[in-house]
Amino acid sequence: MNVISLSAQDLSIAAVLVLALAGFSFRMRLGLGGQILVAAIRTTVQLLLVGLVLRIVFASNEPIWIFLAGSIMILAAGREVMARQSRGLKGWSGFGIGVGSIFLSSVAVLLLTLIAIVQADPWYTPRYAIPLLGMLAGNTMTGIALSMNTLTLAVWQNRVIIEQRLLLGQDRVQAIADLRSEGMRAGMIPSINAMATAGIVSLPGMMTGQILAGSPVLEAVKYQILIMFTITATTGFGILLALRFVAWRLFDERHRLHLEYLAPMK
Amino acid sequence: MSLFSVDALFYWSEQKESFSFEIERSFCAGMTGPSGSGKTLLLRALADLDPHQGRVFLNGRECSNWSAPDWRRRVAMLPAESQWWLPTVGEHFDEIDENLFQQMGFNRDTLSWGISRLSSGERQRLALLRLLTNMPPVLLLDEPTRSLDPENVDRVESLIAGYRERTQAAVLWITHDDNQAKRVAQTRFYLKDGYLEEKSEQ
Repeated sequence: MNVISLSAQDLSIAAVLVLALAGFSFRMRLGLGGQILVAAIRTTVQLLLVGLVLRIVFASNEPIWIFLAGSIMILAAGREVMARQSRGLKGWSGFGIGVGSIFLSSVAVLLLTLIAIVQADPWYTPRYAIPLLGMLAGNTMTGIALSMNTLTLAVWQNRVIIEQRLLLGQDRVQAIADLRSEGMRAGMIPSINAMATAGIVSLPGMMTGQILAGSPVLEAVKYQILIMFTITATTGFGILLALRFVAWRLFDERHRLHLEYLAPMK
Repeated sequence: MSLFSVDALFYWSEQKESFSFEIERSFCAGMTGPSGSGKTLLLRALADLDPHQGRVFLNGRECSNWSAPDWRRRVAMLPAESQWWLPTVGEHFDEIDENLFQQMGFNRDTLSWGISRLSSGERQRLALLRLLTNMPPVLLLDEPTRSLDPENVDRVESLIAGYRERTQAAVLWITHDDNQAKRVAQTRFYLKDGYLEEKSEQ
């Protein structure tokens, strides 16, 4: 693999573009200039820091570092799920459900991918494990956040209907079955769209990166397909788990709806 | 043994005393009382839709020994305002009893009606028919004739009386109308300020 190394100078040419855009925003009073600059600085600093950390983790090959990095990623994803709810669950249960379902589904799919598909030696080789986990957890996080938000809002809006259905003898699963599919759909649409339009509308970012970094195109394509399949599966199973947990939280064992566990509207 | 009995029920913080009462097979108990006296909350507790203390029995078997959905199919509550979640009437019915439909002024065509074109009275009568498809041995009715004209009030009253005779069901009927309570019920309760009093038989 021969990678054309990028120098600081090369990157500063790209940075000039962003600066120019921010300049236009100031002149046209769009009010975006500050945000663009802050975001650009954050990207630079965050990615450089992550790069330093990953270099250490990759070099050490110690399972404990991989475990630590993975835990931080999943906890951050759980926090993000909670922050994106317009009316989530009260207290820590939203965070717990986010972390729990992201953890279960992404770690299960990650292990399967590393051990049965990629077969690196050792199987936990961090340069495969960490980026894979990042992509799985990141996409699952988005899906779960959308699904939970859709379900909790729908339960609130349909609370009277849900109780009517319970009164007619439906159980808690039947009483919110259609709301749950609505939530599932909301969370799955990004993954399904990504699969359906991959390569037609745009080249997926990971594949682009691999090609730019010098990988043979077909290798990049195969990895991209692997990533898309595993992302879709992880997102789907993660959402199923999260919605099941939310439903358990909102009903008691006597199939009563408990709206007091919903947080107030943000 | 009474079909439906309530022992030391305590269901609501403003309630002053615990309630105990029984309804015999094929009897109807009427319940009146000012708004805000907790009548609807009482029905919700009896249907086990709200947490409560005390024990409620159907046929001598306590509520907690039934699964909640099984209990609610048998101790069936008709809420004051019915809800419909699918586009047409028919989608809310597993099976229909054509006689009962006709008795209420409907027929098979009614099943294809859209929910949005139903009047509030039609919704109320259809909600009662929907509730009866489960053949519940106990009916908890929250003002079942509230938005009905006199002709339909008669229809509902005789439909429920017929159902009671045919299936020996016990009925708890909340109403604001004392005359209706006298017409439909053999026992009458008055609920006020968290106290339940039984009115003497006429």
